[in-house]
Amino acid sequence: MAVIAGLALPAAQRHTFRRMDMQNASAIVVDRLVKRYKGVAAVDGITFRLAAGSVTGLLGGNGAGKTTTIAMIMGLVTPTSGAVTVLGVEMPRHRYRVLHRMNFESPYVDMPMRLTVRQNLSVFAQLYAVPDIDERIDRLASDLDLTEFLDRPTGKLSAGQKTRVSLAKALLNKPEVLLLDEPTASLDPDTADWVRSRLERYRAEQGTTMLLASHNMGEVERLCERVIIMKKGRIEDDGTPAHLLSRYGRATLEEVFLDVARGRQQSEAAQ
Amino acid sequence: MIASDAGMEFSFNRVAAMVRRYWYLLRSSWPRILDLIYWPTVQMLMWGFLQIYISQNVGFFARAGGVFIGSVLLWDILFRGQLGFSISFLEEMYARNLGNIMMSPLRPTEFLLALMIMSIVRLSIGMIPVSLLAIAFFGFNLWALGLALAAFFANLILTSWSVGIFVAGLLLRNGLGAESMAWTIMFLFLPLTCVYYPVAVLPDWLQYFAWALPPTYVFEGMRALVIDHVFRADLMAEAFAFNILLFAAASLAFLKLLQSARVQGSLLQTSE
Repeated sequence: MAVIAGLALPAAQRHTFRRMDMQNASAIVVDRLVKRYKGVAAVDGITFRLAAGSVTGLLGGNGAGKTTTIAMIMGLVTPTSGAVTVLGVEMPRHRYRVLHRMNFESPYVDMPMRLTVRQNLSVFAQLYAVPDIDERIDRLASDLDLTEFLDRPTGKLSAGQKTRVSLAKALLNKPEVLLLDEPTASLDPDTADWVRSRLERYRAEQGTTMLLASHNMGEVERLCERVIIMKKGRIEDDGTPAHLLSRYGRATLEEVFLDVARGRQQSEAAQ
Repeated sequence: MIASDAGMEFSFNRVAAMVRRYWYLLRSSWPRILDLIYWPTVQMLMWGFLQIYISQNVGFFARAGGVFIGSVLLWDILFRGQLGFSISFLEEMYARNLGNIMMSPLRPTEFLLALMIMSIVRLSIGMIPVSLLAIAFFGFNLWALGLALAAFFANLILTSWSVGIFVAGLLLRNGLGAESMAWTIMFLFLPLTCVYYPVAVLPDWLQYFAWALPPTYVFEGMRALVIDHVFRADLMAEAFAFNILLFAAASLAFLKLLQSARVQGSLLQTSE
């Protein structure tokens, strides 16, 4: 018998309770988050919760605050005020309690070019204390079609191949939370589509919580069940792709994005 | 999720991962290895031949055989020790890999320890062949200094790590705009620590500054050993005490600069 809040629960009830708890659990909680650089607000009081296992798109133009928000969730940037909690752990104060359960991928971060793909992956696998490193690398290489490149220097790979290596690095530790900053930027449509399909498959297999910052509306529409639109550091809108399309009376998220970017109100846009 | 307790405590496994990363890089690039050896060799040869020339003409230097070569070899331990530390750190910035590192469970203390180990690895690759060349060319056997060499080395490497740690903090806070500090900061020590001349040569007021720097005690100790054949353990103890203070100050500065980098968002932008 489990004792929760002073009550003894039978096994069946305990199971139901646990399932409800899982469903309600938030993997990421952002509460009144503010980041100012020399008085200028890059992120201006945003609040949201991401349910465990959900995939959420963070949309916004350049300078909207997406990357700063992701950086604060990762603990790379200290907020001016507000709070970030990842898997129940306060960031950045206690980041070392949770960093091994997270990972990220961004085209703006590279891996050492002279090291082979295998060397790079094995170094990061050791940093993340991945057991059976060789087996894990072989599995990921197979999943991401990297097997033939494993012993090639990372710098000799094409942009698409490097993105797959970065993705392999991001998945090495089977993260519970995966942060993706424009994961398909600068990729050709075919490779970008390939990366999206792998992300979809990985999420279906692992139930990972994903937060995806992107300029690519098609990508967000395909991958995300929820979209948060940011503008000038604030959240302008938040909802499922279907709700946003209906609210703005638009056929695509790109049109919704343009409405938000150009300051058209929902009512105006719908007319 | 893999590895439930990873990242919670200091991990030598993560230190080993970083050392492995730098070793892969070093062995993949012969110009990097050559660079570790060629400049110390040039320095040692130049000062060695200069010493031969002077000793043939001046009585004092005839008695003080090996002082210049000893000075240049010890200076290289100090200089190359810091450079080895800083270059390994800079490699992360050149590779745009710092985001991956800072986002991983690697703790700053583990990162710094890996850089210290790499500074010794790089120093060994450079200095061991050069010290053997010094025997071949000039009959100066650095290794014959024995225990004294160990004391000199320990004090010099501690200073070089302190400077390296401080420079790493500056790089985190200011990005590659602070890169020149990594290459030049140690030259501030060159005149003040009296590498090639006794402290007594300095003006009185400057001697106070000189004696506040741990390497000054090492170079004075080396001259006492080579010229007067006396090992000055007192100087080594004083150098060690100053080194502890310097190391603590550098570590504190690094943590403050890292904290400031997180506030300023400069870990995201490591370019200028």
